[in-house]
Amino acid sequence: MNVVTQIRTAAEQALGIAVEQRTAAAEAGRIGELRRAAATAFAANGLPHRRVEEWKYTDLRALQREAAPLAGTPDAAAVAAASADVMSIEGAPRILFVNGTLVGSASDLALGAGITVEPLDAALRGPLADRVGALAPQRYDGPLALNTVFLGSGLVVRVAAGAKIETPLHIANVFTGAAASTYGRVVLVVEEGAEVTLVESFQGPDGVAYQTNSALELFVGDEAHADYIRVQEEGDAALHLATLMTEIGRNAQLHTFSFTSGAKASRISLYGRFGGQHSQAGLNGVNLLKNKQHADVTLLLDHAVPHCESRELFKSVLADESHGVFQGKIVVHPDAQKTDGRMMSRALLLGETAEMDNKPELEIFADDVQCGHGATVGDLDETLLFYLKARGIPQKEAEALLVQAFVGEALELLENETLREFLIARAAAWLVRRAG
Amino acid sequence: MALLEINNLHASIEDKEILKGLSLSVNAGEVHAIMGPNGSGKSTLSYVLSGKPDYEVTEGTATLDGVDLLELEADARAAAGLFLAFQYPVEVPGVATMTFLRTALNAQRRARGEDELSTPDFLRIVKEKAAHLGISQDMLRRGVNVGFSGGEKKRNEILQMALLEPKVAILDETDSGLDIDALKIVSEGVNSLRSKDRAMVVITHYQRLLDHIVPDFVHVMHKGRIVRSGGKELALELEASGYAAYGQDAA
Ligand SMILES: Nc1ncnc2c1ncn2[C@@H]1O[C@H](COP(=O)(O)OP(=O)(O)OP(=O)(O)O)[C@@H](O)[C@H]1O
Ligand SMILES: [Mg+2]
Repeated sequence: MNVVTQIRTAAEQALGIAVEQRTAAAEAGRIGELRRAAATAFAANGLPHRRVEEWKYTDLRALQREAAPLAGTPDAAAVAAASADVMSIEGAPRILFVNGTLVGSASDLALGAGITVEPLDAALRGPLADRVGALAPQRYDGPLALNTVFLGSGLVVRVAAGAKIETPLHIANVFTGAAASTYGRVVLVVEEGAEVTLVESFQGPDGVAYQTNSALELFVGDEAHADYIRVQEEGDAALHLATLMTEIGRNAQLHTFSFTSGAKASRISLYGRFGGQHSQAGLNGVNLLKNKQHADVTLLLDHAVPHCESRELFKSVLADESHGVFQGKIVVHPDAQKTDGRMMSRALLLGETAEMDNKPELEIFADDVQCGHGATVGDLDETLLFYLKARGIPQKEAEALLVQAFVGEALELLENETLREFLIARAAAWLVRRAG
Repeated sequence: MALLEINNLHASIEDKEILKGLSLSVNAGEVHAIMGPNGSGKSTLSYVLSGKPDYEVTEGTATLDGVDLLELEADARAAAGLFLAFQYPVEVPGVATMTFLRTALNAQRRARGEDELSTPDFLRIVKEKAAHLGISQDMLRRGVNVGFSGGEKKRNEILQMALLEPKVAILDETDSGLDIDALKIVSEGVNSLRSKDRAMVVITHYQRLLDHIVPDFVHVMHKGRIVRSGGKELALELEASGYAAYGQDAA
């Protein structure tokens, strides 16, 4: 067999050394195995680049020029600064991570009946440890491999069977200080018939090239109801890589919403799988980008069983020279009859040189299904702009109204009113910052 | 100088000249009707005055209360007191009518250096004016004109005019698409806004609107120019004889 020597970038070399160091000590048990397997895969494949189909538009080798050192434990000043800046959602208990470290003193860890949270490092030795890594995709995923090698920081959230948790739980990730990298993972287990809403937020300072690598494993049990909302408002020099993995049980419902307005470059890889019949998934999102921001949403949804319904709506607003990417693939397995799937990506270009790459795909191996997809890219409607201006509304304000209306179609899909209003307000704030 | 003064206005779109030296003076307190065959440039005049992009003014002037309209962006023209009730009002999905009305009113007030209206004051005023025009609360909650019938869209235009209280209002075929009752409601709405400080230019094809909104002057527009002006009896004459007499006009 030919041995191909791949040329490693500086970032890959540095990451390679860190990976070796992390896996040098013998670690027993399943987690040790996972970590070593991920290290081996990273050594073989490195960072994904444009010749890897799923990363065609987001060449991580080019985007991640350097590997920031692993973030250390934040000091009191860092915690104080993060606590002052962190976003809050009305009525939602909040768990705070600063530079990837759980800050127990600033977190609501006692959440009442039906829902328990445990730090990931402790949970790795407990009964839920088997869940970690259970939803990993078949194919090599570079950021996920690194997340697995550096597994340790994060949270395991368990919602007991039948528990209906009314108020959303907010996991807030704040970065502060000099450039560093963090690896965090949340495992959310929603047991049979349970209901919960989880919000994850990400924020940090502008001008600091820090790197966030986040992973979520979400188990939606039979008859369960899970909502997952992520708010990505990282600083403007940050790199944000996220891997969302979910398996949906029978008669269950999952809604995810990703709101992205931060980071210099970001990527969400979403892997979803219907494992039980008669379930529904709505995977939606809004991306608001400006300057030279790059944001990629790539999702792979497996309809592995019959009678499931999926809906995706992603809306991108691209100002200045920003670049949006949407790749969505729905795979309908041979026996997944009566699958009903609709996927839509719409982009609004505000900047002359803004760009959108849309690649929706269907792979259908069953014959009795209803599936469709679409993608549009357009400018603001001049006729509508003139109508608003003719009523005295200045250009920027008129644009803002139309942009809000554009993203509103997706935001309106959020059922929780508090969260809907929260994100509508954040979109409005983005528009104000852009106009100002 | 008249409140609205248009002098030798030439305008083209895509290098095609549509307005070919149009002049018109409208004094405060007056209502002028403009009639004329399809394609003579009536809507073009209203767009050029209100600042629609795509049109190029190649010659002439247009002032409102002494302010040079042609120098201003569309929003500034509106703030200066110009209002156009569109022949074909557009639907703006996702922008609630209420939000739209408040944003417009407050933007104009800001531009004129006035205070913004408080929310309760605004709501009270809108509700009152909407009621007069038979516009329901449900319509106000919907996206601007979304799902409105043709007649409802026209009523919504008049609601906007009533709210924005312009100095000069141009009504482009506001009567088209209205049933007999709606025509009455809209005409009453328009008449109640007639005042000694305000002027109106009513573009129409039909005498029946002018039975309700009685004009002080009637003009005939043909091939981008005003070719004849007279009193309200001119409309009756046109109704009887049509535009055939102007057909022989050199192009
Ligand atoms: N984008 C355009 N490109 C070329 N010609 C145009 C364009 N828009 C309008 N015109 C032409 O300008 C002329 C005047 O149109 P306008 O809409 O002003 O007429 P009008 O008098 O309002 O007619 P109507 O009574 O049917 O409403 C027409 O011949 C029309 O075809
Ligand atoms: Mg017309």
